[in-house]
Formats: sequence, C-alpha cells, structure tokens
Amino acid sequence: MKINSSNQGWDLEIKPHDTVFNLHLRDVWNYRDLLLLLVRRDFVSFYKQTILGPVWFFIQPIFTTIVFTFVFGNLAKISTNGAPQPLFYMAGIVSWSYFADCLTKTSTVFRDNATIFGKVYFPRLIMPLSIVFSNLIKFGVQFILFIILMVYYLIQGNRIEPNWYILLLPVIMLLMAILGLGLGLIITALTTKYRDLAFVVGFGIQLAMYATPVIYPLSYLQEKYRVIIALNPMCGLIETFKYGFLGTGQFYPGAFIYSIIASVIIFIIGLVVFNKVEKNFVDTI
Amino acid sequence: MSDIAIKVENLSKAYQLGDFGTGSLGRDIDRWWAKVRGKEDPFLKIGEANDRAIKGTSDIVWSLKDINLEINQGDAIGIIGKNGAGKSTLLKVLSRITSPTQGNIKIKGRIASLLEVGTGFHPELTGRENIYLNGAILGMRKKEISRKFDEIVDFSGIERYIDTPVKRYSSGMYVRLAFAVAAYLESEILIVDEVLAVGDAEFQKKCLGKMNDVSKGEGRTVLFVSHNMAAISNLCQKTSLLKNGSLQAFDYTRAIIDRYIISEKQYEAEVTGTDIKVTRQCSKANFYALRLLSESRGLTTSFAIDEEVIVSFEYDILEDNTMLYPSIHLNDIMGTCILATFNGLSANLNNDLYSKKPLNKGRYRSVCKISANLLNNKTYSINAFLVPTDDADLGIAEDILTFSIEETGAMTKEYTGDWAGLIRPKLDWMTEKLPVEF
Repeated sequence: MKINSSNQGWDLEIKPHDTVFNLHLRDVWNYRDLLLLLVRRDFVSFYKQTILGPVWFFIQPIFTTIVFTFVFGNLAKISTNGAPQPLFYMAGIVSWSYFADCLTKTSTVFRDNATIFGKVYFPRLIMPLSIVFSNLIKFGVQFILFIILMVYYLIQGNRIEPNWYILLLPVIMLLMAILGLGLGLIITALTTKYRDLAFVVGFGIQLAMYATPVIYPLSYLQEKYRVIIALNPMCGLIETFKYGFLGTGQFYPGAFIYSIIASVIIFIIGLVVFNKVEKNFVDTI
Repeated sequence: MSDIAIKVENLSKAYQLGDFGTGSLGRDIDRWWAKVRGKEDPFLKIGEANDRAIKGTSDIVWSLKDINLEINQGDAIGIIGKNGAGKSTLLKVLSRITSPTQGNIKIKGRIASLLEVGTGFHPELTGRENIYLNGAILGMRKKEISRKFDEIVDFSGIERYIDTPVKRYSSGMYVRLAFAVAAYLESEILIVDEVLAVGDAEFQKKCLGKMNDVSKGEGRTVLFVSHNMAAISNLCQKTSLLKNGSLQAFDYTRAIIDRYIISEKQYEAEVTGTDIKVTRQCSKANFYALRLLSESRGLTTSFAIDEEVIVSFEYDILEDNTMLYPSIHLNDIMGTCILATFNGLSANLNNDLYSKKPLNKGRYRSVCKISANLLNNKTYSINAFLVPTDDADLGIAEDILTFSIEETGAMTKEYTGDWAGLIRPKLDWMTEKLPVEF
C-alpha cells in the first residue's frame, strides 16, 4: 500500500463549503476518458435505429436554409450584401445553431442528469463539456455542407471573397463554445431551485437569433440600432465568420474584442456558479 | 492498530421538507441577509431530529446529526437502520453526491461508490459500449477497463449478448453486467448500497462472494448498507446503527444486529385482541392473547440463558365440538425456523387433558414452556398457529412475539467467547479413559 500512514495524509476532505474559485479542474482532467465516451455515446445513440443515420445532421440546415431563403430573401427581400442568399443564410444558421445548441442543451444539464448525478460522483462539469464537444461534431458535419455549397457558388462564378479572416475560425468556435457553455451553466445553476428561467430559454434563443446578424448583415441596420445589436456578444462572432468566408460586410475589431471579453467573463461566471450549485443541487432538484 | 481510512467528524446534513414554491424565495432572501450580516443561518436554527412518523413543526430536518465515525483500512463495515434513518444520506455525503451542512469527512485512498447498479447505462448502446461508459462514470480510465474487459464479461456471464444493445437484455442480464463492471473497480474504498436486492439467488451469492474477496482478500475497505441482516453479518465485522439521523452504536456486527432488532421492533411481552396481526384466519377459533412470561418476573421479553421461556397462548373456540391444536414456531431473526411444537400427546412432556379432545365454545389457555439452557444468547421470534383437524382452515399469526436470551455467565465459566449456533442446549457429555497403552 502506498498510502501514507500519518494522520495528515488525507487524499480527500469533504467539507460543507469550498472556496469559490476551487473549480476541481484537475478532477475534470482525470475524467477525460469519460468525456470522450460521453461524446461517443451522444453521437452513436443519435443515429442508432435510423435509416439515414448521420445524414440527419444535414437535414436541419438544408431545410432551414430553404425556408429562410424563401421568407427573408424572396418575400422580405432583406439584403445579403451581395452574397448568394442560400450561402449567406447557411453561414448564419450553421454558426448560430452551434451556439444555440450549446446553450440550450447545457441549460438543462442538471435537470436532465438528475438521476445519474444523484447516484454517482464524477466532476459535474464533464457533462456540459461533453455537450459542447458533441455539438462540435454536429457543427463539423454541417460545416462541410456549408463548404460544399460555397465551392459550388465559387465554381458558378458568384462574387464570394474568402479572406485571411478565415483563420479566426478556431477562435470564433472557441468563443461561441465558451459563451454558450457559460450562459448555459448560469441558467442550469439558477434553475435547479426555481424553474422560471428555464421557460425563457426556449423562446429566448429564438428571439436572440433576430437580435444577432444571422439573417441580415450588420451593415443593413441604421447606426443607432447597430450599436444596440453589437452589445450582443454573438454579433461580432457571426459577423466575423461571415466576413471571413463570404467577404460580405466588414470586420469590426471593436465588436470582436468586445465579444472576446464578454465571452470570457460570462464563461468564468458560469463556471463559478455551476461549481457552487453542483455540490447540493441533488437536494433541491 | 491499522490505519484509519475514513474519518467522519461531527457530520450533519439538513434538508428542507415540502415544496419549493414562490414562498421559498422569501426565505432564501432571509438566509442570504443573515449571512451578509454574519449571523447564524435562521434556516438551521429551527431544525429538528428526523423522524418521519412524527409530524414536526419545522420543515427543516436533520437527516444526519453529529455523526462521528472512524473506519479502519481494510474493514468491512455494515450500516443498518430503518428506512429514513439516514443511511443513504450518509453514503451520498461520503460519495460526494451532496455536501454536508456541517462537519467534515477525511478520506485516505480512492473512493468508489455503487449506490445503484448500471448508473448511466444507455439502452441504445451495446453491452460492450456500456461497460466502457459505465466504467468511466465510476471513475475508471479507459486503459484500465480494456485490461479488465475479459474478466468483467466473464464474471457477468453474458458473453453471447455483449454486442447487443442493452435495451434488449432481460433485467437480470442488465444487473449482472452492471454489477460485473462495478466489481472490478480499483479503489481502496468501496461503498455499496443495497444493490444485492436484484438478480437471482445464484448471482446474489456470487456478488456477496466477490465483495467478501474485495474486503478480506484484497484488503480494501468496504461500506455496505443493507436491510439483509444475513448479508451484513456474513460480510461485515463491524456495523454502525443509525436512527433518526444519529449514530446509535458502532460495534461488532452481531451485537449491533441484536440491538437493532430489539430497538426497532420495541417488543411487547403481551399482545391481545385486535393487536394480534393475523396472517390467516381460522373459521373455528380466534387468537385472543399471547404472552411471554418468566417464572420469577412475570411479563418480559428478555430471558436469562438458564431460565424457562413461558409462552402463554389464549384463544377463543367459536363452535362446539372443535378439535384443535395450538402450535408455535420459534424463529431466529433471519426467519429461519428453529423448532416447531404443539400440544399433541406424543410431542408433549406432560399429559395435557385437553389435547386431542373436542372443545366446546369458550376461551382456553395453553401454556408452553421452552426449557432453560436450550436457546443461545440471541433474539428469537414466535409464530403462533391454531391447527384444526382440517389443516386448510389453519389460523396463523406470524412474528407475533419477539424475545431475547441474555448471557448471564451461567454457561461461560470455561469458554467466554462468542458461542456459535442457533441453539445452545446443555447436553450429555461423558469422557472415559480407554485401555490403550502408548
């Protein structure tokens, strides 16, 4: 036995309260295999007993794009800054839905996993993290679809100008992930005792899409509205994504830096709140 | 003395009863305000002991209160207590599912808990995939699981179904697979909650055997909660008894189980009339009263080992001309029948004048004396029967009286240790020297 025989050598101490910033990140690292297995579980169980399998990942963005093209493009005639309408909408949908999925799925993580959390200990953060990674796979598949469509329009000779800002993609993805995760963690922590906020998430995320330049370019707005919309941290991210791949609109450094700062702050708040609630949520959920 | 693996100090856990509605927000604000001003939490001041049977005035209860416990490394410890005594809460706090309200626990070594089998099993995944997933949830690394994979499959005995989704498993197969994963956890401390209540007898035996290996063979510390006294006494050297959230006693298992049985059942030396819970009603006669008596002290439920146990049995005959035998079974606390007796002439030391006679309407009393120096120092319970000529019309009252035999030292002049056996009769021993030369 390698166990220390002195009374001081405790491996674990269970106490009522912990310091706010003790996030047990080492524990999370020790459970990294669980994270991978959970991602695998989500992926495999998604298409088990379906005929089309992973093809289902394509269906949602394709149909949404068709509907958006018809409603916003043909009926409302909202400008896309010269980019082909389907491509413009798909860029918005694919990136927005990654954020939206991260947020909505993590915002119910305590409720959805109450039974398993009530029976076994593992770092609770593993669960929301696995959601973020699972969604990354889904995003990857949909992103390929987007690239295919982009290549098609390039070959057709449309005016699409991908530029160096494409290289910001990993940063954008990371920021969307931590922003969605951070907000989701805050919401799930607040809803363990009072469920009210959970009702807001469902339609809130729908409305938030219209407060983000997903179906319209930021430049389409009047100056006074543009500032309000830019307060939404997702704004800078989506705009940069579209600018990098399509060359429409422009890069707003201020909005982008604001997005970085806001995302990081929200993420840290989310972690701390989640960490505080996870210790006792089993008693109240 | 060996090292301490788990040290529990002044551990308490409070729960809020009732609904979390709009009213609880106001209370939360009160608590927060008290905290800001550095005052004691008003929520905890009004807490009371957790007895679910008594309606309390406060909706805060202490599910655990001031528990102090030291568990040595390598011991198998049982935890018993009736429903709501705090057993599961204690395990939950120990396994970090919820945190204590006050006090702390110090633990040496890796801890794995098994509060349920098959936690996190996904019905769509195959047995193989679930072994990995469940193993990882329980804290195993992927490499570790791969190394033990064959053993796990072997132990579960469901090799043929390993690539079938577990939703197609029978519930027995499901449990087998789940327990098998848990059985191969590598942790210094294993916490097990009543998981043996499932699976068939053969598999339960296998699980108990495996847990025995874990504690005795591998020197790991095991904490085991169960209502199954036989399992507890087989597996655990020491046991702690919880009652209403506090630790009543922590001692050798046998002593604790006897104490538990006595304290929880609150024995009566006498039951009469409608207090007698009849399992089966006889059409010709009713139980009227059953009493336990000592020759010298009258009604009692505890007897000295060298004292007669007198069972007085009163019953009402409802029809004239009824032929009927009163009978009793004596059981140990696990429900094993130790002896059966009735007042039949051939089974009686006396000549009972009413035996095998048609009885007329009225109330009768039959008294059975269980000899002194026959029973061991254990707890026993009595089943009473009224057996008419037509066996099918039998009247039964199960577990009607319970008593304990206390050690008095009468038989322990030469040997003072724990005396094995369900009974301890004084028997006829004689020694002689044989005419053999060496």
